[in-house]
Amino acid sequence: MTHEEKRAWIRLVDAVLGYAVYLVLLLNRVDGRPLTDVPYVGVMLWTIGAGVLAAIVAEVVLAAASPGASRVSDARDRQIGRLGDHVGQAFVAIGAVGAMLMAMAEWDRFWIANVVYLCFTLSATVGGVAKVVIYRRGVPEW
Amino acid sequence: MVKPTRVTNSIRALRFAHGEMTQAELAERIGVTRQTLIAIEQGRYSPSLEMAFKIARVFRTPLDDVFQYPDSEGDQP
Repeated sequence: MTHEEKRAWIRLVDAVLGYAVYLVLLLNRVDGRPLTDVPYVGVMLWTIGAGVLAAIVAEVVLAAASPGASRVSDARDRQIGRLGDHVGQAFVAIGAVGAMLMAMAEWDRFWIANVVYLCFTLSATVGGVAKVVIYRRGVPEW
Repeated sequence: MVKPTRVTNSIRALRFAHGEMTQAELAERIGVTRQTLIAIEQGRYSPSLEMAFKIARVFRTPLDDVFQYPDSEGDQP
């Protein structure tokens, strides 16, 4: 497994786990209230921050665990990276347009922030799945 | 539409004909990871033209001896 493939796995797992932790923490705070009344800002920011930190730590640990492993990336890694990012990009656009429409319709900020976070997560997840599948099955010809 | 590559290659045979060169050695000489060379050998990745020439140059052989593209009905000459 190349260094870039390991990074793709780390980011995929990190995105899924990070969002799952956020949902669990958020739903534990509901306590019978409407969702829009749940204090979500701190949980969301801490979860995102912890996710970024966890990905960095995981990469460092993985590198330390196999010091002899090559960190070289080549044209195939870059091509797979671009393909994966391209696949995931759609969800960033959907999140941005969704947030814009929700702001125009004066939805509660809770929903706007959560739609944006969900779409970032979907982008990272779908893009990450695309990358690991392409690494395993081969780069497709279009 | 996603489709598998039709490009085939003789890299494995050429490696063995050149002193049983290892995948790692060939990968290092053309500047790619061993995983990329494995993907090329197995037909899971079509290398760029530049990379194809580098591989052919290592074996001191024409490109056609390394990579093949099959004829098929309906192809333009």
